[in-house]
Amino acid sequence: MDEHKVRLEISELSKSYETKEGRFQAVEKIDLKVYDNEFLVLLGPGNCGKTVLLNMIAGLEQPTSGEIRLDGSVIQGSDRRIGMVFQKLALMPWKTVMQNTEIGPKFRGVKKEERRKKAQSYIDLVGLNGFEKAYPAQLSGGMKQRVGIARAYTNDPEILLMDEPFGALDAQTRFVMEQEVQRIWEQEKRTIIFVTNNIEEACFLGDRIVLFSECPARMKEIYVNDLKRPRDVISQEFLKLRAMISDNTDLAL
Amino acid sequence: MERKIRNKDPLGRGLGCHPYVYTMLSIAGILTFLFVWQLLLVTGVVSDRYISKPTELFLLLIRKFSDKSPDGSTLPIATLASLKVAVTGLVLAIVTGVPLGLIMGWYKGADRFFSPIFEVLRPIPPISWIPLTIVWLGIGLRAKAFIIFFAAFIPCVINSYAGIKMTQKVLINVAKTCGASNFTIFYKVGIPSAMPMTFAGIRVALGNAWSTLVAAEMLAANAGLGYMILMGRSFARPDIIMLGMVCIGALGALFTGILGIFEKRITGWRR
Repeated sequence: MDEHKVRLEISELSKSYETKEGRFQAVEKIDLKVYDNEFLVLLGPGNCGKTVLLNMIAGLEQPTSGEIRLDGSVIQGSDRRIGMVFQKLALMPWKTVMQNTEIGPKFRGVKKEERRKKAQSYIDLVGLNGFEKAYPAQLSGGMKQRVGIARAYTNDPEILLMDEPFGALDAQTRFVMEQEVQRIWEQEKRTIIFVTNNIEEACFLGDRIVLFSECPARMKEIYVNDLKRPRDVISQEFLKLRAMISDNTDLAL
Repeated sequence: MERKIRNKDPLGRGLGCHPYVYTMLSIAGILTFLFVWQLLLVTGVVSDRYISKPTELFLLLIRKFSDKSPDGSTLPIATLASLKVAVTGLVLAIVTGVPLGLIMGWYKGADRFFSPIFEVLRPIPPISWIPLTIVWLGIGLRAKAFIIFFAAFIPCVINSYAGIKMTQKVLINVAKTCGASNFTIFYKVGIPSAMPMTFAGIRVALGNAWSTLVAAEMLAANAGLGYMILMGRSFARPDIIMLGMVCIGALGALFTGILGIFEKRITGWRR
């Protein structure tokens, strides 16, 4: 089946830092295959190195050992096929919604008309039509993160990394945004790797959920979640999956 | 309807009045100041041997437009001479200091290369350059502009340096994942991030430029507002001294205002 075509392959990936107190192991020997167009959730307690793992995939940090292959070839540095939605509401405050969204193609030197058209379609997709000329300071937290998502999509990545994108949002907005991400993903299929520390969010969004241990980040278990979308968060099956994962989770201090 | 126009205040202070109420308050402040000043002199609380009345200053201001005594030039000529010096020095300082600060703040190599020189030059008071400048360049425009330059250069460098250093890491990462080169990130992310701090630096530079202008002209000039003040002292004319001071004050305020407009244009996103 096409669905199980491996896009991203992570093997023996480790990352450690030298600190004053000695060696700090953030990520330890991760082996992971990511399939085409799947919604993969990386779930783990806070500060367990999930972000480091994601940064390595995005090429923002160099692994200490191991390698990451995209479609069979090892990736080095930032790769345009891999886009990222950041944890903080990382918008350029001096740029409007439109200017923030079109930043990827702009850096690549795509013509204004062409990149605007593309950016506009994603601004519409995330539901920000009419806010193109607004500055981030005028937007709410949820709207800012919508811009972050539109920006990542406009750069046309094949793999989309999302690093706790809704961590800074209030519970209500967060739930709306989870539904939005699911809707956008179903409309514009991409391979998504989504990091979160929220079990419910993981169960709601993930095709597969990779559970990580406390620091250093090691893989504990992979759960396959084939509940029908959109998922009912109070259905028996959902709660069962949720309880199963939660029992297996390390408590973060 | 009419109550809708309110002055926004980020802390929610203020009266929520029409903007013109605030403008009126500012004008009232100045008028009150002048009124009290006039009153103190008219009633004789303060002797007019030392201070002139605002009304007299105003008449002198008008007369000085054509009268060359006692300092040898009319007020417009003196003002123009001072403006030339201040603007030349300031513009030079901005166009060299800001880029230097930005480059030092972004590229570590440049930082290591320039920092030692800069750190030694920095504590030298601008005024202490005056004697050397006179030896090198005499007392012309270039000499004075050079002194102003030193006074304005330092804050331009320091603030743009600090500003670009504060660029958020996550914004740099955004640009990186979008495939931008280090130079593109410097240009498109670092520099805009540094703008608010840079403008604060230019504001300080502006103040320094004016205050040093007077010092420079007091020591080496034959025309200008500072020179006019100096001549006022020689001829024991407090009114001339005060007129010079008022003009410098007014011009400084005007410049700050103009800078504010530029700043709003460039960093208008910070609302």
